[in-house]
Amino acid sequence: MMSKNDGEMRFGNPPELHGSKVQIPYLTTEKNSFKRMDDEEKQQETQSPTMSPLASPPSSPPHYQRVPLSHGYSKLRSSTEQMHPAPYEGRQPLVQPEGSSSGVSGAKPLRHQASLIRSFSVERELQDNSSNYPDEPWRITEEQREYYINQFRSLQPDPSSFISGSVAKNFFTKSKLSIPELSYIWELSDADCDGALTLPEFCAAFHLIVARKNGYPLPEGLPPTLQPEYLQAAFPKPKWECALFDSYSESMPTNQQARDLNRMEKTSVKDMADFPAPTQDVTGDDKQALKSSLNEALPKDAPEDPAAPKDSNSLKARPRSRSYSSTSIEEAMKRGEDPPTPPPRPQKTHSRASSLDLNKVFQPSVPATKSGLLPPPPALPPRPCPSQSEQVSEAELPPQLNRAPSQAAESSPPKKDVSYSQPPSKPIRRKLRPENQSTESQEPSTAVGGPASGATVKPHPTVQKQSSKQKKAIQTAIRKNKEANAVLARLNSELQQQLKEVHQERIALENQLEQLRPVTVL
Amino acid sequence: MAVCIAVIAKENYPLYIRSTPMENELKFHYMVHTSLDVVDEKISAMGKALVDQRELYLGLLYPTEDYKVYGFVTNSKVKLVMVVDSSNTALRDNEIRSMFRKLHNSYTDVMCNPFYNPGDRIQSRAFDNMVTSMMIQVC
Repeated sequence: MMSKNDGEMRFGNPPELHGSKVQIPYLTTEKNSFKRMDDEEKQQETQSPTMSPLASPPSSPPHYQRVPLSHGYSKLRSSTEQMHPAPYEGRQPLVQPEGSSSGVSGAKPLRHQASLIRSFSVERELQDNSSNYPDEPWRITEEQREYYINQFRSLQPDPSSFISGSVAKNFFTKSKLSIPELSYIWELSDADCDGALTLPEFCAAFHLIVARKNGYPLPEGLPPTLQPEYLQAAFPKPKWECALFDSYSESMPTNQQARDLNRMEKTSVKDMADFPAPTQDVTGDDKQALKSSLNEALPKDAPEDPAAPKDSNSLKARPRSRSYSSTSIEEAMKRGEDPPTPPPRPQKTHSRASSLDLNKVFQPSVPATKSGLLPPPPALPPRPCPSQSEQVSEAELPPQLNRAPSQAAESSPPKKDVSYSQPPSKPIRRKLRPENQSTESQEPSTAVGGPASGATVKPHPTVQKQSSKQKKAIQTAIRKNKEANAVLARLNSELQQQLKEVHQERIALENQLEQLRPVTVL
Repeated sequence: MAVCIAVIAKENYPLYIRSTPMENELKFHYMVHTSLDVVDEKISAMGKALVDQRELYLGLLYPTEDYKVYGFVTNSKVKLVMVVDSSNTALRDNEIRSMFRKLHNSYTDVMCNPFYNPGDRIQSRAFDNMVTSMMIQVC
């Protein structure tokens, strides 16, 4: 009954459409069966797909023509192929492990079994090394995941950000699937329907495309292993996913989703970078533990947590995940390159909006560092006004950042060269004016540093009395501020460029207006 | 318990129209088509006020002896028309409004799909499922 194609697909390169001619005919037969399913009550759903391979022979061969997407799952093929290839809302795959025995039985025992089976299959997922999972065509293996992530990065360097709809459309169109199919795949994978794909959504979409090209018919609903929550392990298990998926995407407010996506993306970045976890199950559990440790307010974690402890692997993995969570989230944050600013996706929001926040952050820090330290403008010839001084400091801040740790060593010798300054005030000046004085030290004209330092000595005679501990603390704080300043200064320069462009446009428009005006008057 | 649901584009051609197959579908198509006149009339009547003040839900467009037709227009002049069985008196205005809201949300989800070109027929399965749920919910 099962005619299997035993060719196994590797995912080093985008797979070509496999057996394309077969796809269309059984797509239609499946659509008919889907419609049948739709018309039936939900209670009968579990019954109808399992009976369809038996009841409608024409549709059964297409089920069995699968090319397995990952290798080594021959065990499961028997149960998988009995199941309807497109699990309706993910319930069927859960039925299928027991489906071989109960496939023909009535709807009611199936339903009861289904509820039991779900818990069993949840445990089974946790325990198995992803080899017996009924959704094996829909599971993403590690190598697939790596490939998808690399593709994502080629489209969007920031893994925690979105791919816009048009970019994704162009990319997925290259897969040469038909537009309606791509449209359907998008519909399945874009869980929050925002017209953009996050990393897990992108992985799900890519996986669906790959599956489709290998001959798997597209599922009716997003399989549980492809849901973004699963892929980031916020929402671990399929038991809820089927009912949850629809209600979840509808009921969750978008901002809450955005928040979840934020956290999920950070955990996903962390997971991909840090986790050597061999199986999706273990990562799922790790992420699940992470999510709970992150105090997700979602109640759905609760039913899954009892299932998780049954797995010793997950228990072992959990402390590991927790230890990772604290450090790697910070790393993920830093990877976002905006440590001091809340919004993790500068590309999504208008750059100006984010810059406004940054300006507010930037400005208080600037006067704090510069107010007591900046001498009157004439004393600083290279910085006649603050804006230009920002730009100058910005140019020098990047090299500063690299040398920030060694700033103490570097700035003091040049200052000693400047005989102008008094010896006791040098370390303090270095502390208090890291930007100005280190930039000055880096400037070819050290004489500039002289008058500056000399001017600063007077306002800070009392500073010399600070203890060394305070100096060190201030130095570290200063280094951090410098790093923040560097980032903000870069942003500032970019925004100023934008502002110039906008000014030019405005001028052009005003010119046009003036030219047109005399015409209208006439 | 809609008997027929239709999504009409701004240029007054149907993007999506589906009716319960019990009766002659052509009759429903005709009803929807005639309701477009009423929709345009309502839009133009409110059009003197600012567009923002115009409410999206148009309410009962016209009743026949068997059916009632309700209308909803979006800000992009896409019209949603729903034909409801008159025998179901339990359906109140709020319920119709909520149904239209769901329809509108589903429509915007379809719009968000980058593979959907505005002006194409709507072929989204999610949208189909939603419409189906709306049509069988009362039956």
